[in-house]
Amino acid sequence: MEHKSKAVREPLIRLSRRDVIPLYQAILIRAAAILLALLLGAIFIYSISGLNPLSVYQSMFEGTFKTTRRMWDALKDTAILLMIGIALAPAFKMRFWNIGAEGQVLFGCLASAAVMIYGGERFGVNLPSGVVILLCLIASVVAGALWGVIPALFKAKWKTNETLFTLMMNYIAIQLAAYAVSVWEYPYGSNSVGVINSGSHIGWLPTLFGQNYGFDVLIAVLCMVLMYVYLRYTKHGYEISVVGESENTARYAGISIRKVFLRTMLISGAVCGLAGFMIVNGTSHTVSSAVVDNRGFTAIIVAWLAKFNTFIMAAIAFLLVFLDKGASQIATDCQLNTHASEIVSGIILFFIIGCEFFVQYKVSVSLPFLKKKN
Amino acid sequence: MDRILMLIQAAVTFGTVILYGSLGEILTEKSGHLNLGVPGIMYIGGISGLAGAYFYESAGEPIAFVSMLISLLAALAGSALAGLLYSFLTVTLRANQNVTGLTLTIFGAGVANFYGASLMKLAGGVGQISVSVTSSAYRATIPFLRNIPVLSTLLFRYGWLVYVAVVIAFVMHHFIYKTRTGLNLRAVGENPATADAVGIRVTRYKYLATCIGSAVCGLGGLFYVMDYTKGTWANDGTIERLGWLAVALVIFSIWRPRNAIWGAYLFGFLYWMYMYISGLSRGSQELFKMLPYVVTLMVLIFVSLRKKRETQAPSSLGLSYFREDR
Amino acid sequence: MTTPAVQLENISKRFGSVIANAHVTMDIRHGEILSLLGENGSGKTTLMNMLSGVYHPDEGTILINGEKASINAPKDAYQYGIGMVHQHFKLVDLFTAYENIVLGLPVKKGERKEQNEEKIRQICENYGFEIDLEKKVYDMTVSEKQTLEIMKVLYRGADILILDEPTAVLTPQETDRLFEVLRNMRADGKAIVIITHKLHEVLEISDRVAILRKGEFVGCIPTAEATPQILTERMVGKKVELQIERPLPQSPELRLRVRHLNVISEYGLPVLHDVSFDVYSGEILGIAGISGCGQKELLESIAGLQKTETGSEVTFFPAGNGTDTPLIGLSPRQIKKLGISLSFVPEDRLGMGLVGSMGMVDNMMLKNYDECSSFFTNRRTPRELAEKVMIDLDIVTPGVFTPVRRLSGGNVQKVLVGREIASAPSVLMTAYAVRGLDINTSYTIYHLLNEQKMKGVAVIYVGEDLDVLLALSDRILVLCEGQVNAVLDGRTATKEQVGLYMTHLERKDGNSHGA
Repeated sequence: MEHKSKAVREPLIRLSRRDVIPLYQAILIRAAAILLALLLGAIFIYSISGLNPLSVYQSMFEGTFKTTRRMWDALKDTAILLMIGIALAPAFKMRFWNIGAEGQVLFGCLASAAVMIYGGERFGVNLPSGVVILLCLIASVVAGALWGVIPALFKAKWKTNETLFTLMMNYIAIQLAAYAVSVWEYPYGSNSVGVINSGSHIGWLPTLFGQNYGFDVLIAVLCMVLMYVYLRYTKHGYEISVVGESENTARYAGISIRKVFLRTMLISGAVCGLAGFMIVNGTSHTVSSAVVDNRGFTAIIVAWLAKFNTFIMAAIAFLLVFLDKGASQIATDCQLNTHASEIVSGIILFFIIGCEFFVQYKVSVSLPFLKKKN
Repeated sequence: MDRILMLIQAAVTFGTVILYGSLGEILTEKSGHLNLGVPGIMYIGGISGLAGAYFYESAGEPIAFVSMLISLLAALAGSALAGLLYSFLTVTLRANQNVTGLTLTIFGAGVANFYGASLMKLAGGVGQISVSVTSSAYRATIPFLRNIPVLSTLLFRYGWLVYVAVVIAFVMHHFIYKTRTGLNLRAVGENPATADAVGIRVTRYKYLATCIGSAVCGLGGLFYVMDYTKGTWANDGTIERLGWLAVALVIFSIWRPRNAIWGAYLFGFLYWMYMYISGLSRGSQELFKMLPYVVTLMVLIFVSLRKKRETQAPSSLGLSYFREDR
Repeated sequence: MTTPAVQLENISKRFGSVIANAHVTMDIRHGEILSLLGENGSGKTTLMNMLSGVYHPDEGTILINGEKASINAPKDAYQYGIGMVHQHFKLVDLFTAYENIVLGLPVKKGERKEQNEEKIRQICENYGFEIDLEKKVYDMTVSEKQTLEIMKVLYRGADILILDEPTAVLTPQETDRLFEVLRNMRADGKAIVIITHKLHEVLEISDRVAILRKGEFVGCIPTAEATPQILTERMVGKKVELQIERPLPQSPELRLRVRHLNVISEYGLPVLHDVSFDVYSGEILGIAGISGCGQKELLESIAGLQKTETGSEVTFFPAGNGTDTPLIGLSPRQIKKLGISLSFVPEDRLGMGLVGSMGMVDNMMLKNYDECSSFFTNRRTPRELAEKVMIDLDIVTPGVFTPVRRLSGGNVQKVLVGREIASAPSVLMTAYAVRGLDINTSYTIYHLLNEQKMKGVAVIYVGEDLDVLLALSDRILVLCEGQVNAVLDGRTATKEQVGLYMTHLERKDGNSHGA
């Protein structure tokens, strides 16, 4: 065997996994990441618009905070994004990669819209609004749960890969929605469903705190607390943790994995369905194949980054909505198009995703000329 | 007869877009990385190619071949860069692959639609942007062969990227299953610790597979812009849908590039079938478009039922690798 | 004196706050077999992993053939001629033997598969291996996989070989064959390191013994001058009592009856075939067998975790005059609901017995969290139990809420055993209860098992160390190829006897049960 003589060298950068990291350091790392991202975002905006980045960030701030209406709008968007994140939390904690929230929410939207249409003014049924809302609620929850439990059934029985399964289910739901839109098209030829019950407002969520979106926010806050408690302090939550950690341990502990899979995905899907209810009855009052608007995917990022803590989810969801609103505002102010916001959100998300590495690993750089002689 | 020929043509053209996406993703997944950024990367490939061609063409007196080359290089570079970003996050920084991929899709769609809209504004409004010279270079067919009846419609009336896709598929299949480097790559995706132990540079393999894979995905975007929509741009989200279909096709072809060829055309066939069945309502047309996804789901279920080791996803798909983990 | 193959100078490595190796200085020579001896957790594997490029030392230098070497990746190790056969095989399951052998090697110009196969055949002939090159790894037995691993290393032309506990998974006969191969290699002038903690193997095979204790190098002695007492003393640092107590069973009564137990594996192969035996209260029933011959399935069948074939019977006889209860077909939860307390310490502690990311408190409630009727979990009782177990068993942990994954192997096992004993079992099953534990913890565990035995618990002890099995068990059931090959009296059986029954199946169809 021939030996290649190699120059003796030490690796420049070495990594080791951290045992524990002080909280302040973790926060510092994350804050630094967001700052860096904002800086990069500013450079990006400056490069395309030539505007002073500071004034740009001011208009960004105004995008959310300038008027009460804007604030409520941002709160509503936060609520819906948070709601979907909440729905995903138990599934992810169980290590069930439910990336099918988009479809589950949409299916909830469809069910709710169906109740509103068939119970509303178009066919002259005109059920009392309260009854319709209740029926919508039930229908959307059931629909979401149904759409969520199908992949769980296959995973429980045949270990079918749930990531790919739920991904496919999204597009099946989208096509179903496109089909439904064509059936419910109104007025004829518009290729859309139009605002449902636009005259009678049957099935529309009433105002709360004097706000149109009061109920959306209330439902999300309630679910945030409930889900937190559910995951932390209930037997179900305990079972989810065990199953997520190791299926073998769960079997050993006498936990029926199949039951937990199904139950958790029923819940995950049901909360997604509820988010669909919030979208249709609380905000859009219509339905289309794009009504969820990729929030089912964005929520995956929210849920993951928050490590299943629903309160942190709220903060991240708000951050994303704030960025989105801000970027739209900048776009309007500077006559850019609104897609600039997706770019800025993307940059910030990349930084947040990337910085987790520095929370979990310790990076030590050893430069040869700095090395002590011993 | 004509209708069937037209359907086949439509299927092949449509299939080529997703074939590129799938081939790139297969290469990436063989290294153990589930890149859900495929739609974003295809977007970036498409817009880079378009922008390259647009600026070259608007500089005046474009030469078709040069313009083609510029757009090709731009598309490859843009999408490979997107792949580099993804690999940096998932390989070096060990970020969660699903989350990173989804973010890349958001980001890529943002970049493409932002610059798409800006280009449209530059060109003078919606639908005004057109890179006809470049596009026709991509869609040129061979003069002698195009006049044979039936056969030419079936086989020779496509732009050259259609054939390149098939060639890439065969080359990639040979590479993955018949070469030592391909064997090493599969080992990285199956069991990175083992690959590492025999001296395979796991990180390098992952980076290269992801970046080259992304470049191939980007060609799908380029083909979509130059051939499928004949050199125009629309912010209508079609690329995203095709991108997800490409991810579906990876499963459908059970991670084998050769299967992806006929799978892609089959998807195209299923997707466009509604156009060639008379008397369908718009609603049923939408249901027909669902077929590729349903078929993929069936394959996924079937494969999990059979439990054959060789037809499963790469074992370490979705997991990051850290050598010193104990 | 010639230059040593490898010189380690002042090597240190730490993982977080754990020091794996501290200032180790030693050498490895050509034409010699060196045993690297040490308790588990003494840093043997870590040290060798720094030679094979898996880890990089924090401090210190490595000289290969007298030249300073920098090994940053396994690839570098191969270039220096170092090859390591890991305890957990590093093979790609989906590949054939041939593919695994050539994996990662550069393709030489004009290389042909036939030539490579010829080279492999040559090596096989030289050392007396047998390899089916087209066989997929997932179809292979453990011994075949190990042969393949060694072949991989030899094929790469390694002249410094490191084997990490190579005999742990082999039958005595296979071990003999392996040792023969190693001696041939030594004759070839190769430098060989064998990591082990089996003293008799150290004495049998090696020329020198290097001893590590708690990450530190304590010395190197020629094997000719070594005795088990000297080695043990240096390994553990102080003299330990090698005797395990074995009290006589107190009024044993039938507790568990297993009849015609049949289990078919996921891949359709029989794992257990017509297994029948009895378990008595107040005794320790040892189960011996080479690894993977049905021990795991046997225990899991009793615990209600394993699907069994029709006709299999497991019957529980409660103390006193209760009625006997068939257990087959019941889930662990159903068994518990019948008021039968089966405790089970599985082989895979963090992957089955405990939840690594949870603290002691949450782990204490793993099996009885659902006993209260409330929708919410009750953490008060488990917390009290955790604190009690921590004190009783002397568990070293920063706190009862610290994830148990962060504890050392011995403490993890104490948490698990502590919980299983706390549930006042009538049957206690343990699988490899002392694997990976240091001697002191092992003795703690033996003591706990004896305590349970004296309380009238029926203890089933699946072990791999025959010396321990012979010293601890009242009766020894020997499994071979999924069948009961013999049931021996622990007080009279000899090691050779057990070893023979482990490897040579005597078909006595159906009459092997009972004492």
